[in-house]
Amino acid sequence: MGYFSDITRGLSTAVKGLTVVIRHLGRRKVTRQYPEPKNEYILPERARNRLYVNMDDCIGCDKCARACPVDCIEIETVKSIPEEDLGVTTRFAKKKSLWVTKFDIDMAKCCYCSLCVWPCPTECIVMTEVFEFSEPKRENLIYHYATMDAAEAELHRQNRANYEAQANVQRAKQAADRAANAPAGPPSSTPPSSPPPSAASPWANKGPKH
Amino acid sequence: MTAIYQALYEFISRFFSPSIITLVVTTLVYAAIPLVFILVYGLVAILGEMKISAWLQDRLGPMRTGPKGILQPIADILKLLQKEDTTPRAADRPLYRLAPWVAFIGSYAAFAALPFSVAYIGARLNTGIFYILSMGSLVVVSILLAGWGSDNKYSMIGAMRSVAQIISYEIPVALAVITVVVIAGSMDLQTITDLQAGGINNWFLLGGPKHLEGFGGSTNFVLVPVMLVAFAIYFIGSLAETNRVPFDVPEAESELVAGYHTEYSGMKFALFFLSEYASMFAVGSVASILFLGGWQSPLGDTMNGPAMGFLWFILKGLSFVFAQIWIRWTLPRFRVDQVMRICWKVLIPFGLTAVAAASVIAVAIQ
Ligand code: SF4
Ligand code: SF4
Repeated sequence: MGYFSDITRGLSTAVKGLTVVIRHLGRRKVTRQYPEPKNEYILPERARNRLYVNMDDCIGCDKCARACPVDCIEIETVKSIPEEDLGVTTRFAKKKSLWVTKFDIDMAKCCYCSLCVWPCPTECIVMTEVFEFSEPKRENLIYHYATMDAAEAELHRQNRANYEAQANVQRAKQAADRAANAPAGPPSSTPPSSPPPSAASPWANKGPKH
Repeated sequence: MTAIYQALYEFISRFFSPSIITLVVTTLVYAAIPLVFILVYGLVAILGEMKISAWLQDRLGPMRTGPKGILQPIADILKLLQKEDTTPRAADRPLYRLAPWVAFIGSYAAFAALPFSVAYIGARLNTGIFYILSMGSLVVVSILLAGWGSDNKYSMIGAMRSVAQIISYEIPVALAVITVVVIAGSMDLQTITDLQAGGINNWFLLGGPKHLEGFGGSTNFVLVPVMLVAFAIYFIGSLAETNRVPFDVPEAESELVAGYHTEYSGMKFALFFLSEYASMFAVGSVASILFLGGWQSPLGDTMNGPAMGFLWFILKGLSFVFAQIWIRWTLPRFRVDQVMRICWKVLIPFGLTAVAAASVIAVAIQ
């Protein structure tokens, strides 16, 4: 390019840029002064913020914890014993059979990927619109969703332990009875499926005992 | 109160003669006016830079400190004062400490020869504009001191670039100034301002005073393009002299951290900062004196006078500061080679042409 055309081009493009910029001086500003007009902050649809777990519906299936890429959900469950009726979930009416003794989400680790939300069979773990939950201490960001206290959890654990111990005693007795009733055949000849399911699996043993 | 002053005066006059006391007091008062002005203007300019840059980008800028954020510069100054004043271990201490003061003195000293109004000029030198240009060069010394004293490669590169740039750009700036000086026949800024009395029509940018002998008519017609070129050269050159965008290669954040003042913190940094803003106003007001009639009212005799002179002068200076801010938030930075090319291949040839043309016209006028 020529010397003079360079100069004119340089000046004219500079002027063009300056006119574009100066037109913004009186424009409406886009800045939002965050906390002030509170109701202005309408989050977009499907915004991902703090998680919430509706414990009434959680069946303790652990699917969310396994889906989590950062392992920030910790779930501990205790199997219920047959005489306990945990009811059904409000959604999809799923039968609940596990006591959820611990359900912690560490929101400090959470990356808000929402991967835990999709697998939940009862749709009880959800993203909410709460985004103002900063804490001075990191421990405070671990949310405890489990509804039962330590004593209650211990009670259920104890119940389960007792029940299993009794079931074991029962099984041993049944095995002894079987051995006494059939002395001729060697135990190895019995087909593996021969023990009654009720005795082999405590889960199949639905009927009330004791 | 009067009694205290009386006693003080009598005490001092035992050692000094009254004329010396008057001289010292007058000097101090005269010196304090620009200093106070620089400090107040510094606050305004910092806020202006923040607010204007925000507005140009559709933002709001600082909004929380005071109503609409107008106390933000004060908060910033207080923060700077509290900052730890660090010195790099390998720094050349005396030079490192000296640099910010030299920078500020250079900028402040330029204000001495600025005619703020018909009633106030710190020192009416018959070589006023020459003095201001040379004080501008003092900044080069401080930048070199800062760059060398910091013992930091970024500071050093920034200082080198800055010195190369400022020394180069002094030539076109001087040429533009000479163009006006040749026509005005004086280097005294007050005289140059006086020549442009009588409204916008008599400003040098628009061909100079029409009422004087020789001016007007065809002379005026020829002078307008010459002055426009000189004005453009002066303005571009002054951007480079104050290291403002698009000529901010010496402090290019993306390449050099902050250039020569990388290592400075606290009050020393504040001095560099203040000196930069003071220089912005100084070059702006020199442009307004040379081309836009200084403290003269654009309306001729209406709203003219000593007090209104102050107002017009500051207003014109601030519009240049505004233009510098506006340019800063619009244009990208030049490369070093482009900076040099613009200076040596464009501004200087044009400047020489303008001086030659002005000289011919000046001869024709006489
Ligand atoms: S949103 Fe993602 S990171 Fe957070 S708990 Fe769910 S799966 Fe884990
Ligand atoms: S996936 Fe749903 S039901 Fe299963 S443990 Fe997680 S929250 Fe509970």
